Amino acid sequence: MTEVIKVANLQQGYGKRIILNDINLDINTGDILGLIGPSGAGKTTLVSTIMGMLKPKQGTVTVLGTPMPNRKLLGRIGYMAQTDALYSVLTARENLKFFGEMQGMSKAELQKQIPYATGIVNLNDDLDQYVKDYSGGMKRRLSLAIALLADPELLILDEPTVGIDPELRQQIWKELHRLADEGKTILLTTHVMEDAEQSSYLMMIRGGRAIAQGTPDDLISQYHVNSVEEVFLQAGRDQDAHTSND
Amino acid sequence: MRTLAMIRRVFREMLRDKRTLALMFIAPLFILSLVYFLFQGNTTTTASLATRNVDSSMVTAIKNKHITIHDVSSDKSANTIIREHDYAGMLSQDGDKLTLTLANTDQSKSAVIKQSLQAAQAKLKGQAAATTIKTQAQALQKMQAALGAATHTPVNATANAGNLKAKLGSTSYTTKTHYLYGSKDSTFFNTLLPIMMGFVVFFFVFLISGIALLRERTTGTLYRLLATPVKRGEIISGYLCGYGAFAFIQTLLIVLFTMYVFKIQILGSIWLVLLINVLLAMVALTLGLLISTFASSEFQMIQFIPIVAIPQIFFAGIIPISSLPGWLQPVSYIMPLYYGASSMSAVVQKGVGFMDVLPNLSILLLFAAVFLVLNLLTMRKYRQV
Ligand SMILES: Nc1ncnc2c1ncn2[C@@H]1O[C@H](COP(=O)(O)OP(=O)(O)OP(=O)(O)O)[C@@H](O)[C@H]1O
Ligand SMILES: [Mg+2]
Repeated sequence: MTEVIKVANLQQGYGKRIILNDINLDINTGDILGLIGPSGAGKTTLVSTIMGMLKPKQGTVTVLGTPMPNRKLLGRIGYMAQTDALYSVLTARENLKFFGEMQGMSKAELQKQIPYATGIVNLNDDLDQYVKDYSGGMKRRLSLAIALLADPELLILDEPTVGIDPELRQQIWKELHRLADEGKTILLTTHVMEDAEQSSYLMMIRGGRAIAQGTPDDLISQYHVNSVEEVFLQAGRDQDAHTSND
Repeated sequence: MRTLAMIRRVFREMLRDKRTLALMFIAPLFILSLVYFLFQGNTTTTASLATRNVDSSMVTAIKNKHITIHDVSSDKSANTIIREHDYAGMLSQDGDKLTLTLANTDQSKSAVIKQSLQAAQAKLKGQAAATTIKTQAQALQKMQAALGAATHTPVNATANAGNLKAKLGSTSYTTKTHYLYGSKDSTFFNTLLPIMMGFVVFFFVFLISGIALLRERTTGTLYRLLATPVKRGEIISGYLCGYGAFAFIQTLLIVLFTMYVFKIQILGSIWLVLLINVLLAMVALTLGLLISTFASSEFQMIQFIPIVAIPQIFFAGIIPISSLPGWLQPVSYIMPLYYGASSMSAVVQKGVGFMDVLPNLSILLLFAAVFLVLNLLTMRKYRQV
């Protein structure tokens, strides 16, 4: 069990505006971290900081033993952005190849990994179609396939399950669990409670602060409730009560 | 490796975008043709040429459907005769001396007269057996040479009457050419062409590369790209090589078109013309990429055209820099197109060599380098390493 992501006393923001405060996080190999929180809470900001796209304003972020930001380390991270960033005049296969090459994969690796990655998201049959002719969900799936492509040690997925049907969602989760069992580490953000329940570790962000974190079972017993959703609601109420007391 | 993948992608995207391809390759030819017909190709122009004491063999040789010859015998000055009768020019012979005076109010008419004289020379050459004709031909040839060698004189200097003189030491004739207005460089298309060539390359490369990177920003692919271990320099050099290749083909097409369709003679090396254009394209490319940082949509990118692209053309030599107001002249030194177009004019029209344009080329290279560095810096906004 080695530490994959370590965030300590992180403060982050854009310009003068502070978005995140006092974030502490420790993720080990094989963990699936679910990041939940209302829209605009700062999930994507935290993800970007962990990726090293943003320099921490204060505090430190260490990924796979390397202080972030670090360009080379990005080669070991599979990333899926919240908005699909794909080249619409290229086919799905060309997109995969291109991003794979950017990630530093060889021709042989690409040959092997493309069928695997697209198999997980059921895109094998539409690989040679132009992305501009893809549906929204297909684009989402292609983005996920790109993240999986290089068989990275760390997967960072920003809302991977949006626009994906329940059957496929189950298939994807099966694969994520298999990867975690293999020793890969996964960080994902979500608004969906089913996803949160599948995670092995949860972090709830609200108003720029981590209002609750721990394994789903621990959280449920800690808050004396029956589901992750209720934990989330209760933690929110506690935060509001706390701030109004100040 | 990554740069190669970038180049491959740029190529694919370009080749699949037929409209942009057409814009890049056909639009410049269209614009140049338009300029050609506007400023030169008027086949219905007829110029009236007065002749005084000119040998009849010569007059016959000059005659064609674009020239009406008026034989005059008055001994008033050429300037007066031209003014009185509104002739386009007057050719007079005084013993061994040929004098051509051009009104030059309508440069296309001056061009017609000059072309007719050229044609006459060729005709007379063909009949070179007759010695009298031969000497006339020689004289004409020398006059041509003198026309070519005559230095460019600013418009206002010669506006009141011909003081540009092409002196000839000739065995049989001495010829003098006077211009009432303008100068012998005034065939406007010839002046315009090298500048337009540079501008067209600059403009389209600027626009297309700028919009390409802009699209990459707005669709989020640039951010996604920077989430891989790619270096910012690799992205920029991929763009540079990818779009640079298209700019090169575009340039080649324009140069060939000019040579074979307009039949413009490029006096200097064609490789030098290509080199200048490619450098200009590099500046346009890096500037386009840079400017796209300050635009948040394609529409905003278009808004930069009147600010960044159009003013360049005014400082590129269409209006001679020396005739600009003094305080405005230094502005041309910050215009990349000024360096490109003046080198191009020098190579195309005066046939100067590499060493002569080297200073200008170095400045272009410097522009590109500065823009390149600025590009790398602005990309920090997306990934801080
Ligand atoms: N590039 C940016 N510049 C300035 N402010 C930003 C930027 N990106 C996000 N923000 C602000 O930061 C806050 C957090 O945004 P973030 O995208 O991290 O939220 P999120 O939790 O991912 O929300 P969602 O669930 O809707 O994706 C928001 O208030 C947003 O306005
Ligand atoms: Mg988000």
